[in-house]
Amino acid sequence: MEQYEPDRLSPAQLAAMHRSLRNGGARTSLSRRSLLRASTGGALAIGGLGALTGCGIPAASKSRGGISSEDHSAKEKEINFSNWTEYIDMSDDEKHRPTLDAFTRRTGIKVKYTEDINDNVEFFGKIKPQLAAGQDTGRDIMILTDWLAARLIRYGWVQKLDASNLPHAYTNLAAQFRNPDWDPGRAYSYPWQGIATVIAYNTKATGGKEITSVSQLLDDPKLKGRVGLLSEMRDTIGMTLLDLGKDPRDFKADDFDAAIARLQKAVDSKQVRRFTGNDYIADLSKGDLAACLAWAGDVVQLQADNPHVKFAIPDAGYISSTDNMLIPNKARHKTNAEKLMDYYYEPAVAAKTSAWINYVTPLESTIIKPELAKIDKDVANDPLIVPDKAQAAKAHGFRSLTAKEETSFEEKFAQLTGG
Amino acid sequence: MSTVTDAPPAPPALPDKPRKVRRRGRLVPYWLLLPGILWLVVFFALPMVYQASTSVQQGSLEDGFKVTWHFATYWDALSDYYPQFLRSVLYAGCATILCLLLGYPLAYLIAFRAGRWRNVVLILVIAPFFTSFLIRTLAWKTILADGGPVVGALNTLHVLDVTTWLGMTEGNRVLATPLAVVCGLTYNFLPFMILPLYTSLERIDGRLHEAAGDLYASPATTFRRVTFPLSMPGVVSGTLLTFIPAAGDYVNADLLGSTDTRMVGNVIQTQFLRILDYPTAAALSFILMAAILVMVTFYIRRAGTEDLV
Repeated sequence: MEQYEPDRLSPAQLAAMHRSLRNGGARTSLSRRSLLRASTGGALAIGGLGALTGCGIPAASKSRGGISSEDHSAKEKEINFSNWTEYIDMSDDEKHRPTLDAFTRRTGIKVKYTEDINDNVEFFGKIKPQLAAGQDTGRDIMILTDWLAARLIRYGWVQKLDASNLPHAYTNLAAQFRNPDWDPGRAYSYPWQGIATVIAYNTKATGGKEITSVSQLLDDPKLKGRVGLLSEMRDTIGMTLLDLGKDPRDFKADDFDAAIARLQKAVDSKQVRRFTGNDYIADLSKGDLAACLAWAGDVVQLQADNPHVKFAIPDAGYISSTDNMLIPNKARHKTNAEKLMDYYYEPAVAAKTSAWINYVTPLESTIIKPELAKIDKDVANDPLIVPDKAQAAKAHGFRSLTAKEETSFEEKFAQLTGG
Repeated sequence: MSTVTDAPPAPPALPDKPRKVRRRGRLVPYWLLLPGILWLVVFFALPMVYQASTSVQQGSLEDGFKVTWHFATYWDALSDYYPQFLRSVLYAGCATILCLLLGYPLAYLIAFRAGRWRNVVLILVIAPFFTSFLIRTLAWKTILADGGPVVGALNTLHVLDVTTWLGMTEGNRVLATPLAVVCGLTYNFLPFMILPLYTSLERIDGRLHEAAGDLYASPATTFRRVTFPLSMPGVVSGTLLTFIPAAGDYVNADLLGSTDTRMVGNVIQTQFLRILDYPTAAALSFILMAAILVMVTFYIRRAGTEDLV
């Protein structure tokens, strides 16, 4: 810049201009750099050390029984229902959900049904801020797998159910689901569907060989590099514990470590291809995975498309869990939500849903079997959907964990799966 | 400075007036910048402060987290997860180099040789972005399936023997190996390389090529001495736009990889969502940010380009 001094400037302006020229414009004129520096500095000053110390995340609320808000059920005839994808019956054109429509016709309660749950941990991340702050999540019913349901109950983030609104649920619930150690007597939750973790394999990829035990999954050299395990810790560790002759309903930390060591060996020897979520379905169907741990409901659906897919229940037993209906704190339509829960325990309704989604029915088998037989005899006789006595005897839940155990086990499992 | 030169000459009768005008004028740029600054504070500065605070806290979700200035978290995170850090840098680096090798000829073609097809080719480059990131990544599972034609061909040509020797594949498959992850990263970030390269190549005056020819430069010399140096801003911004997101990516490693291909993004995701160890997750994010900042600064210094488009 040249020393150009227009004569119509006041002395002060001239001084400012000189100053600005000498300092490269950094102090008095508005350059990008100075502005960035100023705004960053300002932001840091706002945040500052005080804010750093002041932050912190408050303890999860411990008020057992949950925080109810005013129940608007009578005035607002509606329910906000959050569920997993493809987890309710649909009409053939996939435009209607027959059982929900029937519920609305009968009660006049509109159901806003959202398939916004894809993964327990992600969904927890999503609703945690509101629940921790004691705010309404905008949901009246949500469906979560039992370990997460257990955590929410432990934190006091879900509401106690009013038993008088749930007569069918109380009568028809299967004995094996009545008393989980995290919610004895089902005070806070009712199962939506049961889940059986089994072994699935593709006969085309195994060369016609049957895979019937976890040991075979982890050791059989024919399966090397084509074995899938589940990224849900409780399913994979639970099945391994059973294979080691331990009971997942009652095990010690040492047993857990033994299971991890057993799995680590298979991971290190490259026997295991990967740990999967629901995405094992495509891999198994294509044959990229020859055998894997799988959820029975998926296997039943997959078999309809691909006859090469078979399942096996190990002699050592299988892991049984549930996806549960819960009413979060501050839900606006609690009574309506309870009515809907109870509705899905009417045998005729439950049969329609089960026949469509093919997961384990949460209803007592003697009650639901006749209703299911009216829709589809095969489904009614499928032990993966309506467990018979022998099958039910092999089912093992995974015991609930303390917060400390949960952290340390999940950490060890994360190390196993690659960090 | 425009406010100063535009200021009207002070009328002698009203000596106060020009100062007022001047003051208001001086504030105008700040007012105009206010939305941007607010955006930066709310979506950048505050979350950074929050994360910085989280990284020095201790506790559990059950009992709450308190600031204890526990800086050891950084050291623990780094010593536990340095393999994943190195892997992230390695994979992102490989993907960036592949993107440059694939993207430069394509960008060159679009800028100088495509003629009336230029817009069509540009749209073809961007078109994959119309579908979701996830779907595009999942498509690679079909492309690279064990029994699929691609893997079959690579096996027949013994390419996989070479990559296995390099440690990039495993046996005779590609899926669930480092190679699959690098392929996914390369594919997903390729447009981020091509577009800046194209903009800087397209700006080069064609007469410079003619001039180089007139001065007896061979086409190779023209490229080396004229075209490539002039396209450096595009190369630098393209590599940055590819490398930075690729280093933090976790989707490709999750879907196409295996236990020994997990990147630092996967670790952060697991720590944050599954183990609920927020301090470690925050510390890992800061370490990643710092590492990238250092590498990028070094790179820009070396490349000698200050303006990035």
